[in-house]
Amino acid sequence: MNALEVAGLAVSYGPTEALRGIDLAVAEGETVCLLGANGAGKTTTLRALSGQVRARAGRIRFAGAEIGGMRPHRIAARGLVQVPEGRQVFAALTVAENLALGAWTLRDAAEADRRRRQVLARFPRLAERLRQPAGSLSGGEQQMLAIGRALMAGPKLLLLDEPSMGLAPLMVEEIFAVIAELRQEGVTLLLVEQNASAALEIADRAYVLENGRITLAGPAWQVARDPSVAAAYLGG
Amino acid sequence: MLAQQLVNGLLLGATYALFALGFTLTFGVLRVINLTYGFYFTAGAFIAWYLTRGGTGLALALPAAAIGSGIIAVILDALLLTRLRRARADELASLMVTLGAVLALYAAMTALLGPDIRRLPQSVLGSGALVLGPVRVTQAQLLILGAVTVLAGGLVWLVRFSRLGLGIRAVAENPDAAGLMGIDAARIAVLVSFLSGALAGAGGVLIGLAFNAIQPYMGEQMMLRGFVVVILGGLGDIFGAMLAGLLLGVVEVLTAAYLASGFKEAVAFALLVLVLWTRPAGLFGRPPPRRA
Repeated sequence: MNALEVAGLAVSYGPTEALRGIDLAVAEGETVCLLGANGAGKTTTLRALSGQVRARAGRIRFAGAEIGGMRPHRIAARGLVQVPEGRQVFAALTVAENLALGAWTLRDAAEADRRRRQVLARFPRLAERLRQPAGSLSGGEQQMLAIGRALMAGPKLLLLDEPSMGLAPLMVEEIFAVIAELRQEGVTLLLVEQNASAALEIADRAYVLENGRITLAGPAWQVARDPSVAAAYLGG
Repeated sequence: MLAQQLVNGLLLGATYALFALGFTLTFGVLRVINLTYGFYFTAGAFIAWYLTRGGTGLALALPAAAIGSGIIAVILDALLLTRLRRARADELASLMVTLGAVLALYAAMTALLGPDIRRLPQSVLGSGALVLGPVRVTQAQLLILGAVTVLAGGLVWLVRFSRLGLGIRAVAENPDAAGLMGIDAARIAVLVSFLSGALAGAGGVLIGLAFNAIQPYMGEQMMLRGFVVVILGGLGDIFGAMLAGLLLGVVEVLTAAYLASGFKEAVAFALLVLVLWTRPAGLFGRPPPRRA
């Protein structure tokens, strides 16, 4: 059963076509990665899925319902949750407040408390910094907070936009370990990454996006062996 | 003499603070400079004037004026600024649009209602006073003190400590990310417009009480002070606005008492320029938080 089904999705910024009709699907429990050079349309894809940019054409089905054209807060409330590019934690708010915002749509206080304990167990460093403003955290800690905040929403599908961007190598490893953990736990993931080798290692399937079109799709191991992918994204 | 002037100054400043709170709230959350804000102040004073003239007591007229101005603010905001927000137009665009709109509103109101100064009925103002040694506090001043304390305190509680306030602060910092949390940023914007309009309207009633002179352009004069207060306090800073409001009130009253009342505005704006030169982030300004 597919959690997400996208058909013919096209997005334009004024005269510029960012997405020229893409099809993609993510099955429940699956980890899918979306590869591509800068400007290929990866972030645009995620922004369109979350309702942050309006699609010019195409359909987006999530958990059995058409969500194309819905506003971002409605899509988030349905469990399609995004960890945006550049993390976008609320820098002036405390770590605890950021986590509370993640569970904004959840009315059940006991459940919110349970999720918060889980997140803090997963990221002990956040537990030590609950009262600090998120802006005072290191880049890696902010990424943990951004992921933890998204997990507070209890996502049915988690979109991760460049989670390793700008992080020190050790921290990159740590973030990928977290993603592997989430995958093990059965969280459905759509991952956009510059770090193609790490992403392909973790993913079940992969799509390659070039100039707003999907040029290659398949099981991650197969995509990793494709000569064009090896040349363009895996450093030869 | 000095003690009395200080009390008068602080109470006048309290109304400035209340007025500036709403203005700084709209700027802090919605990132627009909304010059129609002064009109809500006029609207509040006029609503209270109509109601009290018809025999309604202030206990009812003040909340009614606040709610009425809040609703006007929501409507004007939706008419004037929704499109600009959607297009992510810069602050100058909102400044120009609302400047045009507010001038039209004052002119239309003057044309419809006449430019005369209206006065609240004596029964509303009361004649009693509280005498504490050398200081005399009128009934109207006590009412101002009570209303400002309740409204400003309520706003601070809402923004700092309530769940809704957390949503407001999230939208203020990053409306996009707030949307990803499931927060309806458009609804928060409506709420913030209402709150700021209500604060301005309440401010209009209280200044009406303090000076007992209500006329269409009163919001325009207040808006200039609002600017001074908000910039002194740091744009978007609620505590800064409260302190700067009190400061401006004291400075104006002391200038009028010891220099000449004609110098009031000159001193206020000289203060503004001085602060902008030396502390561009406002008197109590901190550098903005680092963004990730």
